[in-house]
Amino acid sequence: MTAQNISAAAAGTAAGLPAPDEGTVRFTARVREAFRSRRLVAGTCIVGFFVLLAIIGPFLAPNPSQLSSATYRPPSAAHWLGTTQTGQDVFSQLVVSTRASLEIGVAAGLLATVISVVIGITGGYLGGLLDEALSLLSNVVLVIPTFPLIIVTFAYVRQGSLTALILVIALTSWAASARVLRAQTLSVRNREYVLAARASGERAWRIVLVEILPNELPIIVSQFIFAVIFAILTQATIAFLGVVDVSQLTWGNMLYFAWNDEALQSGAWWWFIPPGACIALLGMGLALINFSMDELLNPRLRVYRPVRAGRKGAAS
Amino acid sequence: MAIASETAAGDAEAPGRKLRPGTPRRLPFRFGSRSRFVARKLGFYLVAAWAAITLDFFLPRLIPGNPVELLLAKMAQAGPVPPGEQQVLSKLLGLGTGNLVQQYWQYLDGLAHLRLGLSVSDFPTPVSTEISTSILWTLVLVGTATVISFVLGIALGVLAGAKRGSRLDSIVPATTLLTAMPYFWLALILLYLFATNVWHVFPLGNGYNTNSEISVGFNWPFIASAVQHATLPAVTIVLSSVGGWLLGMRNMMVATLSEDYVVAAEAKGLKSRKVMIGYAARNAVLPSLSGFAISIGFVVSGAIAMEYVFSYPGIGYKLVTAVANEDYPLLQAIFLVITFAVLGANLIVDMLYGFIDPRTRIGR
Repeated sequence: MTAQNISAAAAGTAAGLPAPDEGTVRFTARVREAFRSRRLVAGTCIVGFFVLLAIIGPFLAPNPSQLSSATYRPPSAAHWLGTTQTGQDVFSQLVVSTRASLEIGVAAGLLATVISVVIGITGGYLGGLLDEALSLLSNVVLVIPTFPLIIVTFAYVRQGSLTALILVIALTSWAASARVLRAQTLSVRNREYVLAARASGERAWRIVLVEILPNELPIIVSQFIFAVIFAILTQATIAFLGVVDVSQLTWGNMLYFAWNDEALQSGAWWWFIPPGACIALLGMGLALINFSMDELLNPRLRVYRPVRAGRKGAAS
Repeated sequence: MAIASETAAGDAEAPGRKLRPGTPRRLPFRFGSRSRFVARKLGFYLVAAWAAITLDFFLPRLIPGNPVELLLAKMAQAGPVPPGEQQVLSKLLGLGTGNLVQQYWQYLDGLAHLRLGLSVSDFPTPVSTEISTSILWTLVLVGTATVISFVLGIALGVLAGAKRGSRLDSIVPATTLLTAMPYFWLALILLYLFATNVWHVFPLGNGYNTNSEISVGFNWPFIASAVQHATLPAVTIVLSSVGGWLLGMRNMMVATLSEDYVVAAEAKGLKSRKVMIGYAARNAVLPSLSGFAISIGFVVSGAIAMEYVFSYPGIGYKLVTAVANEDYPLLQAIFLVITFAVLGANLIVDMLYGFIDPRTRIGR
């Protein structure tokens, strides 16, 4: 699907190749071009590293909560990142926390993106009163400050489960991308190919799914990445504030315990620096992917001129 | 084509509601456009304020953990609860009596008269007093830091965009690291570096030196002490929010520089400084200004955890302590105050924006 929607720009190069392979060739050429961007390579490596860590983490460190008498030890060969106040190995905790942090981020980001796609594209495509209502809704959700709302909600929920957390983050963070998608849909819905589909009597849901959605995929992916960054940051912050249940091991919870057990006053920098650094690094990796995608789709932002100039409209 | 698509759409759109490219546009400065713009914006913010108020009313009622029951359960652990306690508590918490509609009216009536109830944790201080003592701290700190960050970010963004591919421009990706940092974590590091362990330059926390005989007010010792205490919190906000402004401005600058009118200005032989600032930056800054809506919410959110780390006596710290103390009336009121502050800031920006960029006043 990705190959299809970017083929318009890369159509010139693939000419003369056997027809069945055309899509893949264009796609790989496009990917190869994309990976000339150092930002994309760096971003993908960082994110890939954390995904790998999330998968193998629990096997690397089977028992992160193991107490020991070695309290507040600085980093050493035995404890790569030192130990906590209760003698737990910081490195093990860090590695194990990766999975839950990523899970919450991806799940909440995915849910928020789905909501924004449904609301943004429906409103933008159907227009009329429904659009007015939906865009009023998104604008209102957008201006009401998310984070205080989440804190207040969890003050009432108290023993909030993981699902509740994901749900609340998603329900409060979809609005900005719904607005972006609505604007894009407004501009796409009057393009020739959509008009042609309409004129040939296609049903609305098919036009949305087949003509409009694939063309907005890059934007949706970019909004998804932002949503993941936002969800990870939000989860870390509310976990740090101790508003949610702190039994699940995440980066935010590590920081909660480090702060409450006075790691700062004890000078145990190895306890509170790594979890935050992981959040920041992962966020940076995701952001780098987004920016390089931005440059790819919006050539005006590029610093260098690509060898091959895109030929728009050649495909149609 | 615009007209053809309108008919092909066959939807319920009122004809002529939107100005489409191709239809002759009237000049933006037609009579009444300004007041209509203001009225529409005010209307929107009224709806948003109503939504926030209603959300604040329904949240404690929708969620299973009713605050009255939570408090009763807590009291029951301490000893037997007197029979009328439930009514007393719900009255105290401002939950009202009767069915949901009656409760809602009582709630709205209370709000209209600024009766926000009494704080549970600091009984019987009215919630409004609790809030008014802390809101000013946050407003001054977050306001100043946001302005500094905005000006700094825009200025650096103009430079990076104007000299694309230069050394300054190549550090732009690094600012994404700053943006991706949690505010509170940056606060922890600053605290570690400058207050607790490495250099003892700045105080650990609080809004001013509470140990000495400084009277809160407009006097030099207090201001000096307050500035000293606000430095690390302000640096936290600036460091974590400057990257967003910088990047947005840089990208808009790059896009604007390829516009025809910038090329024309260059061709006229204008000084490059004038082209950069007077032609490109002036137009490139517009999206940053309109993006203020989203970022002010972010800054306020980040400031909550930051205030908690520095035990800064602002509204964010109060919110976190209210959660810890299960002080529901205070919690509800703080949410409303923060929301209204953000809505107010947005309204002001929107109004200013309408006057800066006349294009936003028409259409849409």
